[in-house]
Amino acid sequence: MFASTASTNASGSDRRVRPVSQDRHPLFGPLVFVGGLVFGFGLAFSHMARPEVVLNFLLFEDLGLLFVMFGAAVVSGLAFAVMPRLRDAAPLTGSPYERRLKPFDRNVLVGGAVFGVGWGLSGICPGAAYASLGVGNVTILWAVAGMFLGAYAQGYWRSQHQSRDTAATSAD
Amino acid sequence: MVTEPVVLQAAVDLFPNGISRYVVGGLLVGLGTVLIYVGTGIPAGASTFLESTLSYVSDQPQFQQYVASRDWRLLFTAGIVLGAAVFAVTVQSGLLTSSLYEAGTTGQLYEVAGVTLWTTDVQPWRLFLGGILVGIGTRIGKGCTSGHGVCGVGSASKTSIVGVLTFLTVAIGTAQVVAALGVTP
Repeated sequence: MFASTASTNASGSDRRVRPVSQDRHPLFGPLVFVGGLVFGFGLAFSHMARPEVVLNFLLFEDLGLLFVMFGAAVVSGLAFAVMPRLRDAAPLTGSPYERRLKPFDRNVLVGGAVFGVGWGLSGICPGAAYASLGVGNVTILWAVAGMFLGAYAQGYWRSQHQSRDTAATSAD
Repeated sequence: MVTEPVVLQAAVDLFPNGISRYVVGGLLVGLGTVLIYVGTGIPAGASTFLESTLSYVSDQPQFQQYVASRDWRLLFTAGIVLGAAVFAVTVQSGLLTSSLYEAGTTGQLYEVAGVTLWTTDVQPWRLFLGGILVGIGTRIGKGCTSGHGVCGVGSASKTSIVGVLTFLTVAIGTAQVVAALGVTP
């Protein structure tokens, strides 16, 4: 039903169609949850979950955040490099181990710039905002509401835009 | 001999809270990503959750393309929130202490039922307006700090490296301008 959308949109890791969740390994959900726990604990421990610390970084008053971003990238980079050599496929999904590669186009620059203005204004990015909620930051709900609103606005616009592009094949 | 105090002073200036909490936190963020990747082959990012969750309430094709992944993305985000809550109950509340953890002075601490919680001083309008732009930009730009920054850079993806350089540069410029305009906190 949405095949045309999926094939024309190159932004999702969902392009490779996965089996519906009922077919998934019983440990799939628990593992994703535990991964999220460790991820969120790390964001909180590093204080990246605090907008003030991100803003201090962007103002060059405390460059420690470099170690969070590049430390995490190095650790994950090791797995991206090593796992494809060790196994053909991931045990819980059967998916091949691939790197995260996305096609480059103007959207990467435009979206990156818009994200940059938002990040520089608020000190908040998606993962850090979720973690900020966890450490008790109720005020961050303003940012979470804003992110959903922004994601909805661009998704609505792109949906309309794409259905106009593919109007010939669209039934609705 | 003469340069040593200068170097030390520079380190203190650039890293007033030390680096250990950042290094440990970054390693854990990486470890969480690796756990999911090793088990499932998925390089997980945090911002797709915004659109995949909207697919529960909106029929727009842009969101519906994420139906297959929306359940696990919800679990991933719930894990992030709860992982940070575990930090609040343990380290932030002083139940666990570590020489690797520097508590810092930002924001406000408050207590609920013996648990030390933290909230920001950054003004709500900045969070809300910034949040809207983050929601638009991360989705149009194909990733955020975790998708591009951690998984993409870890993959040596040129797209992600350009993406990170773009949003990092613009964010630095924006934060400097906002601060220069006297907006604080």
